[in-house]
Amino acid sequence: MAMLELRNVHAHYGKIHALKDISITVNKGEIVTLIGGNGAGKSTTLKTISGTLRPSEGKIFLNGEDLGKYPAHEIVTKGIVQVPEGRRVFGQLTVMENLDLGAFTSKDKKRDANNIEKIFQMFPRLAERSKQLAGTLSGGEQQMLAMGRALMADPKILLLDEPSMGLAPVLVDSVFDTIKTLHAQGVTILLVEQNARMALKTASRGYVIQTGKVILEDDAKKLLENEMVKKAYMGD
Amino acid sequence: MFQKWKDRVTVTDIVMWMIGGTLLLMCLWGSVSTIRAGLYTKSHWIDFVIFGLAQGSIYSLIATGYTMVYGVLKMINFAHGEVFMSGPFTGYFVATAMWRSDFLDNHPIIAIIAIFAVAMLISTMIAYLVEKIAYRPLRGAPRLIPLITAIGASFFLQYLFRGLYGSGINAYPDVKVLEGFWMILGIRVLKIQAIVIVAAILMMIVLYGFIMSTKVGKAIRAVSEDKEAAALMGIDVDAMISTTFVIGGMAAGAAGVLYALMYKQVHFFMGFIPGLKAFTAAVLGGIGNIPGAMLGGVFLGLIESVAPALFLDGLGIIAPYQLKDAIAFTMLVMILIFRPTGILGERLATKKA
Repeated sequence: MAMLELRNVHAHYGKIHALKDISITVNKGEIVTLIGGNGAGKSTTLKTISGTLRPSEGKIFLNGEDLGKYPAHEIVTKGIVQVPEGRRVFGQLTVMENLDLGAFTSKDKKRDANNIEKIFQMFPRLAERSKQLAGTLSGGEQQMLAMGRALMADPKILLLDEPSMGLAPVLVDSVFDTIKTLHAQGVTILLVEQNARMALKTASRGYVIQTGKVILEDDAKKLLENEMVKKAYMGD
Repeated sequence: MFQKWKDRVTVTDIVMWMIGGTLLLMCLWGSVSTIRAGLYTKSHWIDFVIFGLAQGSIYSLIATGYTMVYGVLKMINFAHGEVFMSGPFTGYFVATAMWRSDFLDNHPIIAIIAIFAVAMLISTMIAYLVEKIAYRPLRGAPRLIPLITAIGASFFLQYLFRGLYGSGINAYPDVKVLEGFWMILGIRVLKIQAIVIVAAILMMIVLYGFIMSTKVGKAIRAVSEDKEAAALMGIDVDAMISTTFVIGGMAAGAAGVLYALMYKQVHFFMGFIPGLKAFTAAVLGGIGNIPGAMLGGVFLGLIESVAPALFLDGLGIIAPYQLKDAIAFTMLVMILIFRPTGILGERLATKKA
């Protein structure tokens, strides 16, 4: 059974029909990527999963349980955690406070302390700057913080929305390395990216979204070879 | 060079600067002539300052409610003055009942705690209900709509309490232990003023500590910054907004009792002016900024208490103290013109409010 399943999901922003009949599955232990251009509906798809936007039709299941009845903040407790587009760290809070809030739903202080240690090992820069306001960090550091903050909730499935956006090429590589590391640790990942080449190299399967519809789904390797994908999303 | 300067400065700017400059000159001139005339002695000024601090710390407590609500909802809760009124007005009946039975004089500490408890409970409830009933359904509406609703809620509460408790001015009973004065470092300080200052400072420390170091406090700050990201952290945004109103209500209720103990009277309209003053204080300190609101309150209280004598007496104005409200609101206008972000408000400029 699929871990996460979107079944015929439609979503609207007012009168704008943003998602049209999206069906996506993510199996346990996979990295699945959604690729597509600006405004194709990638972020909207993640919003419907996280519950910050309600699907107007269709259902979303986590391990077979319908998520429709849960508000956004309870979906986090189910194990779905999103790193939103543009990182959205709390700039007026310190790095440490941001991480604490990542564990807002947790009641296990020991586990939180362990997680913080793990995150500081993964991103030593955050440890150095733990008392600094998050707004003073560089873009790359903010991305580390956003990911670290999400990991504090011990996600079963991590939704990453454009983690490489606006980062220098070296940092893009390190973001994707982090994604691979997390995957190796057993985290299931749904990755939304405009950097289609990197995303497909990292993922096992991929979906191509255009104007709110899934137009293609396949193994990531095959999508990398697909002429249409190459032309439209990799600039070949 | 001149051309460049001309492009940047508009006629309005010049007029504003002239008005500001004139006011400043008037204040200076007034101060110099007041001090020259020697109308007031040193102990007068000390009295003014202590009274200003007491008054100001009450404004500070109310202002934290305005500023925190502005933080999470980006709206001015104009019903906050009525939240402030509801507590001590209800507490009045408790106080009178205890006074009649001599309980107030025999066990003053317990009695005062009881008055605080009742007042804070009522103010908190009113704040919570106003948010739940009047503001929550408007979440996501354009910003003007909750603002107008707040004014409506303010009137509703004023006349609700007028209907329930009557329209007269009610005298708070005297508490004997709060009468008289203490000598502190050779300065004569009225007991009630000292207690107001100390109590308000203690409450603000607790409030600030709560916001800065508890998990809920952090979550409230996160909600102030980015509601959607906060929800993605598993924070229940609506619950945090309610909590913000509850904290603001508690502070306002406590401020109300301090106010009632100092001025000895309560009535249904008592929240209006202190509410506006506290709003002024919040703007003065930089709306959305909690230390700013506290600072703004104290600053406003001091100005109100010192300025009429200092600035206006020397100008030959007959009843300068009657103009203290005019001074306070002139300050509001000046702040809005020359430093709209307030004293500690730089943060707001960088935030997409």
